[in-house]
Amino acid sequence: MATLGFWGVSPAAVGRMETLGKLPVEDMNELHLDLSVPLTVGTSLLDSIANRASAAPASTTITMSSIARALRPALRRSQTVMTRASAPSPRCQRICRPFNAPQQARCLSATPRRFSDMTEIPPTPISHLSETEAAMQEAVSKFANDVILPKVRDMDEAESMDPALVEQLFEQGLMGVEIPEEYGGAGMNFTAAIVGIEELARVDPSVSVMVDVHNTLVNTAILKWGSTDLKKRFLPALATNTVGSFCLSEPVSGSDAFALATKATKTADGYKISGSKMWITNSMEANFFIVFANLDPSKGYKGITAFIVEKDAKGFSIAKKEKKLGIKASSTCVLNFDDVEIPKDNLLGKEGEGYKYAIGLLNEGRIGIAAQMTGLALGAWENAVKYVWNDRKQFGQLVGEFQGMQHQIAQSYVEISAARALLYNAARKKEAGQDFVRDAAMAKLYSSQVAQRVSGLAIEWMGGMGFVREGLAEKYWRDSKIGAIYEGTSNIQLNTIAKLLQKEYTV
Amino acid sequence: MSALRILVPVKRVIDYAVKPRVNKAQTGVETAGVKHSMNPFDELSVEESVRIREKKSAPVEDICVISAGPPKAQDVLRTAMAMGADRGVHVEVKDGEELEPLAVAKMLRAAVDKEKSNLVILGKQSIDDDAAQTGQMLAGLLGWAQATQASAVKFEGDTVLVTKEVDGGAETVKAKLPMVITTDLRLNEPRYASLPNIMKAKKKPLVKMSLSDLGVANERRLKVVKVTEPAPRQGGGKVEDVDGLISKLKELGAI
Repeated sequence: MATLGFWGVSPAAVGRMETLGKLPVEDMNELHLDLSVPLTVGTSLLDSIANRASAAPASTTITMSSIARALRPALRRSQTVMTRASAPSPRCQRICRPFNAPQQARCLSATPRRFSDMTEIPPTPISHLSETEAAMQEAVSKFANDVILPKVRDMDEAESMDPALVEQLFEQGLMGVEIPEEYGGAGMNFTAAIVGIEELARVDPSVSVMVDVHNTLVNTAILKWGSTDLKKRFLPALATNTVGSFCLSEPVSGSDAFALATKATKTADGYKISGSKMWITNSMEANFFIVFANLDPSKGYKGITAFIVEKDAKGFSIAKKEKKLGIKASSTCVLNFDDVEIPKDNLLGKEGEGYKYAIGLLNEGRIGIAAQMTGLALGAWENAVKYVWNDRKQFGQLVGEFQGMQHQIAQSYVEISAARALLYNAARKKEAGQDFVRDAAMAKLYSSQVAQRVSGLAIEWMGGMGFVREGLAEKYWRDSKIGAIYEGTSNIQLNTIAKLLQKEYTV
Repeated sequence: MSALRILVPVKRVIDYAVKPRVNKAQTGVETAGVKHSMNPFDELSVEESVRIREKKSAPVEDICVISAGPPKAQDVLRTAMAMGADRGVHVEVKDGEELEPLAVAKMLRAAVDKEKSNLVILGKQSIDDDAAQTGQMLAGLLGWAQATQASAVKFEGDTVLVTKEVDGGAETVKAKLPMVITTDLRLNEPRYASLPNIMKAKKKPLVKMSLSDLGVANERRLKVVKVTEPAPRQGGGKVEDVDGLISKLKELGAI
């Protein structure tokens, strides 16, 4: 829950940012989409928004013709329909952009763009995995079922993560999926990490979220914005023995993330951080914390800066461990920073750029949460169907053979498959360097809805055996609930999706 | 003793957790779309080879894994290399073309000559056809010592002590290299391939060849007449006590 709430930012927050930052930003989505521009071109945010708006029609006209070839038949059909309907008005071209047209914004993706031109790449089924990803899936599935599964119930009841298991996760290389080999990681790609997170969640969503936060938020932050020195200092440890944690949310700032009140001040040889953080995932296990604090509140959100705090820092303390409904084995704590002094080398990236990093990371992070949720849904579904199709008989037949059951089971599988298609499409788009913000939001929103629905139905299919704490059915359902809350609530995802759509369809 | 050059034959089989189903023509089991993985006994062989090296039980110069099978057999070779084998040899056989144990043994003999192996560690059987013949046939063809169903392997100078579980205890045999060892369930617990090692395995050499490159032909001596599912088990009955048992047995004419 590193990020309960994040990023979509409420209208109130936008208002505050405007005042504080003196920037007429329309909304956070706009800001976020355009972040890549100021980074590369160095124009102001305002200019970039203006440029983007005026450049849009021209650039989309080009895209229309060059992309058409690459469209899959089904999409081509839908595009034809759309184009036909809007053919009379040339202005409509912008509106009728095919929905899978690669957009050019880079969206602060942590992986380098793999293809500059995708027109020559033959389309493959979205379920296709590379050799590495398939090997990852097999290895993680085996490890999860043999090693994690026997511990799942006990860890949930004890509300704590088995330290021996954390050690084994490091040994397996699961904590350094994308960290390059030179730093002791596996050097795999983003989708491989997604595959791993999904496979873990099929067995235990708590272990899955620990691995997810560590890989997609913490490791990625260092890989992307850490200096060579920071990388050398921390990546080998993050890959082999140090759990990381991502500290953004606060008592006063959840969905309205940039309202954070933790302050940082410059000292002679570093920084001093004071404030508190809340809902911080992994904080019991972690020794390494990425902390967002405002270095210059007069600049509003543009004062937000990212720092690295190690657990032994003086003034740092874990105030309270939350007792939760689900993902109980994953720790969630309140952290206090009482004038914590850190050396100046512990600045991550640049001063005042923390908000950009947070947005970029959380956009990617949502794909990880989507993977956790599809894995959870699949795990709950499999757990239940194995029971109703093999064990439980009523009225002289297996309960899974009644049509009323079969239709529910089939419907659920369809929904899981749809969520996974959204998930893998978002992951592939990110890897291809395309704009994936809406895709990530859609994948996260839908997979969390499906996870909750399917895991709830699964309990009903299993009857009493689903309701007792002997099996895992009830646990999947409790665990599913968090999917609609952390890394952007469902309403925030819907805001994001709607805003991006509205922008596209506004003439 | 000279450094070990270990050859580890591995086979891609239907995963042990999958329930095999007989195909419609009753000529074999359904393999299309079914999860496959490395024969569990072969995992033990790979693990033991890597442990011999890691524990420095004996100097190991090379651990080569070899598999005969369809292109997908490369997956199990990669897994073996991720577990610690140095390189792989893939003998390509068309999908659906089965090799009999004698053909495999002949192929392995040729591979032993080619790779100058002095120790072959292989599973005692593969879990698909359960023939449990290849290791013994290979030792016979090579004229080497053999120790089957190993539950422990120990090196003492230039001799190898291999323990096998037998009825009522353990039997240990002693042999000199070169030799063939077949592995059994309790020999070790195979490791999981870690992610960094999966990546490293991609860079390890994997050579492709055909049966004819090894001078072997796929001669078939056996004909599968029919494959059927075992009859479903008849449920038994419960008796209350010893008297009940006796009267039941009497009733059935057993006593």
